[in-house]
Amino acid sequence: MATKVRAKHKDGETLIKALVNHPMETGTRKEKDGAVVPAHWIQQMTFTIGGKKVVAAQLNTTVSKNPYISFKTAAGKPGDKVELSWSDNKGASESGSTTIK
Amino acid sequence: MQNSNPRRLFLKQAMSASVVTVAAAAGLLTPRMVLAQWNADAFNATTAADAAGKSLGGAGEKSDKVKIKTPGTAENGAVVPIEISTTLPSPTQFAIVAEKNSKPLCITYDVEDGASVSMVGIRIKMGKTGNVTGIVKSGGKLYMAQEQVKVTAGGCA
Repeated sequence: MATKVRAKHKDGETLIKALVNHPMETGTRKEKDGAVVPAHWIQQMTFTIGGKKVVAAQLNTTVSKNPYISFKTAAGKPGDKVELSWSDNKGASESGSTTIK
Repeated sequence: MQNSNPRRLFLKQAMSASVVTVAAAAGLLTPRMVLAQWNADAFNATTAADAAGKSLGGAGEKSDKVKIKTPGTAENGAVVPIEISTTLPSPTQFAIVAEKNSKPLCITYDVEDGASVSMVGIRIKMGKTGNVTGIVKSGGKLYMAQEQVKVTAGGCA
């Protein structure tokens, strides 16, 4: 799995984009043999800028596979560190970070 | 691998809802921190109204200060990009609801004080054609924008 974060400061706002490799299984999809694939999805994503929390998102199983999430905030300036950490329903977690350009 | 480690498993269980509830009852957590629990009630709701009510406390009134950007027609219901933007001052929460999904609430964003978020985006799955609503909470009030997305091939939602 991979967690990629990009952040760019423009016109007084920071645009943050993140892409996480994750299956985001709904729990209703079936394999060809009829076996139901268990639900497996990211539940929480927390974004910090310079170590301070800015946005905490909660996700449902209906977010697309390999979630691509973005937002614009007045917080942050070029050089600040942006970090995304996420956790899924199976207790797995990961984080990724970048520096605002 | 993580789950096979007894210590990790213990920590995971120690973070379970009951512990948080006890901590909240003891006044150890602020309401904001309790909110950080995944809102199963809202995410498992089966109607758009219920989903909006249980996540933000209502659906809100239509406002030209909230804009929703959708593809209009989605050839692939598995990947439908949605963007909500707003000119409202200091929004505290955003939510995206796809009314025809079996679980309509797709995502919520809690915004910290001072973060002043003006746009949020996500890609969602849609089972069939239906309205997608973006709800924004600002100054304790709810505002929304809605657009229909035509789905030509469903995305198992």
